[in-house]
Amino acid sequence: MNGLSLLGIRLDPVVLRRLGEQFERLPDFLGGHILLTLTALLFGLAATVPLTLLALRNGGLKGALLGGASIIQTIPSLALLALMVPLLGQIGFVPALIALSLYSLLPILRNTVTGLESTDPALLEAAEGVGMTPVQILLRVRLPLALPVIISGIRTATVWVVGTATLSTPVGAVSLGNYIFTGLQTQNPYAVLVGCVTAALLALLLDFLIRQMEIGVLGRSRRRTLMAALGVAVVASGALLPRLREAIRKSDAGDTGPTVVVGGKAFTEQYLLTEFLTRYLAREGFSPQKTAGMGSSLLFDALANGSVDVYVDYTGTIFANTMKRSDSPGRAEMFRQMSDFLRERHGIVTIGKLGFENTYALALPRARAEKLGIRTLEDLRRFAPGWVIGGDYEFFGRPEWTRLRNRYAFRFRNRVRMDAALMYDAVRRGQVDVISAFSTDGRIAAYDLVVLADERQAFPPYDAVLFLSAKGAEKAGLTEALRPLVGRFSDSTMRTANRIVDVDGGSVREAAAFLERTVLSGGTETPQSVSP
Amino acid sequence: MIRFHDVSKAYSPQRFAVLDLNLEIAHGQTVALVGGSGSGKSTTLKMINRLIEPTSGSIDVNGTNVLRRDPVALRRTIGYVFQGIGLFPHMTVGENVAVIPRLLGWSSARIDARNEELLRLVRLPPEDYLHRFPSELSGGQRQRVGFARALAASPQVLLMDEPFGALDPITRDELQQEFLNLRRTMDLTVVLVTHDMTEALLLADQVAVMHEGRILRMGTPGEMLRSPGHDYVAALLETPRRHLEALRRLTGRESVSHPGAGEKGETANERTVPVGNTA
Repeated sequence: MNGLSLLGIRLDPVVLRRLGEQFERLPDFLGGHILLTLTALLFGLAATVPLTLLALRNGGLKGALLGGASIIQTIPSLALLALMVPLLGQIGFVPALIALSLYSLLPILRNTVTGLESTDPALLEAAEGVGMTPVQILLRVRLPLALPVIISGIRTATVWVVGTATLSTPVGAVSLGNYIFTGLQTQNPYAVLVGCVTAALLALLLDFLIRQMEIGVLGRSRRRTLMAALGVAVVASGALLPRLREAIRKSDAGDTGPTVVVGGKAFTEQYLLTEFLTRYLAREGFSPQKTAGMGSSLLFDALANGSVDVYVDYTGTIFANTMKRSDSPGRAEMFRQMSDFLRERHGIVTIGKLGFENTYALALPRARAEKLGIRTLEDLRRFAPGWVIGGDYEFFGRPEWTRLRNRYAFRFRNRVRMDAALMYDAVRRGQVDVISAFSTDGRIAAYDLVVLADERQAFPPYDAVLFLSAKGAEKAGLTEALRPLVGRFSDSTMRTANRIVDVDGGSVREAAAFLERTVLSGGTETPQSVSP
Repeated sequence: MIRFHDVSKAYSPQRFAVLDLNLEIAHGQTVALVGGSGSGKSTTLKMINRLIEPTSGSIDVNGTNVLRRDPVALRRTIGYVFQGIGLFPHMTVGENVAVIPRLLGWSSARIDARNEELLRLVRLPPEDYLHRFPSELSGGQRQRVGFARALAASPQVLLMDEPFGALDPITRDELQQEFLNLRRTMDLTVVLVTHDMTEALLLADQVAVMHEGRILRMGTPGEMLRSPGHDYVAALLETPRRHLEALRRLTGRESVSHPGAGEKGETANERTVPVGNTA
């Protein structure tokens, strides 16, 4: 009953604790966001100067430039961000920066050109008549008169870029989007809330400050202009927050080891593994940097080109997506061929299997399965024609589904596509009869579902494998530090960890702590454990 | 001295704005170019400071052909009062007045002194007006600033393009009188463009009537009134003449001695008409 009341809403201690957990990451995410947006705006502004001069000189070029900027604007921002990765051959800050700079161009360029061109012709004649040179006319008459329009373009661009920067998480740049993407995937409303509210506040604050600067300039209030500029400078200095934190961490920890970039995809299990690996490597004396929530193929490319050092992928995924293989040569052979391929083609080191598998599997409530005597997919065949199968958005388009139907000659009455997060609940409530589950999902245990045995091996193995980039392999001690993790995970460990987040509403951090306790305890002892 | 020698301006081979214009304006004179729209009077004016370039012919200002001078440097030596005033809205009164001195690189002490002098000259106390913006001034005050700006760098030549066009009659009259006063104290050659014959007769030493790119008639106001010499000129003179006659009739015993009272008389006329009707 001892809660804090805020705006009439009683905040109980659990809510406060959850929010508090999120705020711990704020310096990194907010600092990254500020650095990204302000640099992008500076680039956009810098590019506007020569482009505007070109546009003013040549009417045809003006149309082309403004048209080009408009076309950039029509590209969905997420696609533009993703497009930069293959174009630049790297992930992280640079592709996000370039995409956002391009994105900021239209409002700034359009308003600058329009503003400069809309000078009253009578004033232009007056300026010419008093003996101003074309440059003086531009700087002393056209520019000051266009300033309000130009500044409003900058404000528009600022709000856009602050918002769009939240989408740069999948290309590996740190921003407030990390809160939002992680929060959506791990069903953590606190993370989403903190990310959205902070981004909105940042946009409003910058908009307000730039507006004050505009009023200050127009009203010739030097004090107001200076105060607003100081405000922007204070916000900009927020970009140093991660550095500051890093410095404090370093001075606390003394000497730190080489930097290791830990990557991860955008679903709960991957967020947990990314967090786990980051913490593990920090304990092992490295300086890990986390880029969680990335797109699957972007992440592999990043590993191949060395911008990510370590991440966990699955044999079936590499086999199908990277090696473009549709056959299934069996578990051991698949692993061997994959390791050889990655080593020869990309210099990637396969550290080893972690010991659990996250495959597709068909699942239904245990009670119903037992009542009907269904234990294997073979047993399911009899009931399929009268049943409805639910699957995530991509399942029915994947080769696994084709192979499943071919090997078992399944014919279901109907199939329903739904969000992966909803289908577990749907099968529990009987809205569908059977679903395409992920074998490590925490909801299998939580909802008391049973996974049917796949005797004919329709589903290829999806063993979780730890990979190390060619660059990472050169870092002293890194390969050795990762090796003890091989074989230490199990399906049930992972299922429980996923459950902590997906079912019990715990944080990624709590689940990662559980993994640490379970995986690192007993058996072979971890070298150089935490020093007090 | 300003001399036009066989000056033509064509916007297309068939369409001449100004055709074979020859004109001499003696030092210290005020010449009014009068005519309707499209008569070429503004084009003639703007060719003096090369806002418009002549197609052929030459224009000398103080003995030098303007076409051989750098247009930017030339314009800084010629005062220009613009149609519609043309003050820069983002600059204060002081900054507007100091535009040319600043372009010429004067010291700020010299600029401040000149600003003060000029604002007193156009009767805008600098302590009240120096830091105001044009949007805070009345139309008449703005044109006073326009004058001050044109005179800032002590030009020998002043060009005025419909300078009183945007003002109400009372303000216009007041400024016209002040212009005459200023003229007497300053050594200036003035070219004034106007469509208002009364204004031309009032302010100029010489009136040149332009029509379709040519000067139809040129002479002193007195000469013009005595012998228009051309139907078009006579028609233009008809308006001030009619006003004069009307005023004579209305005021009766009081004679109106010179056309300069025309504008004032007009407002008096408007006031007296209703009285006459009720009487």
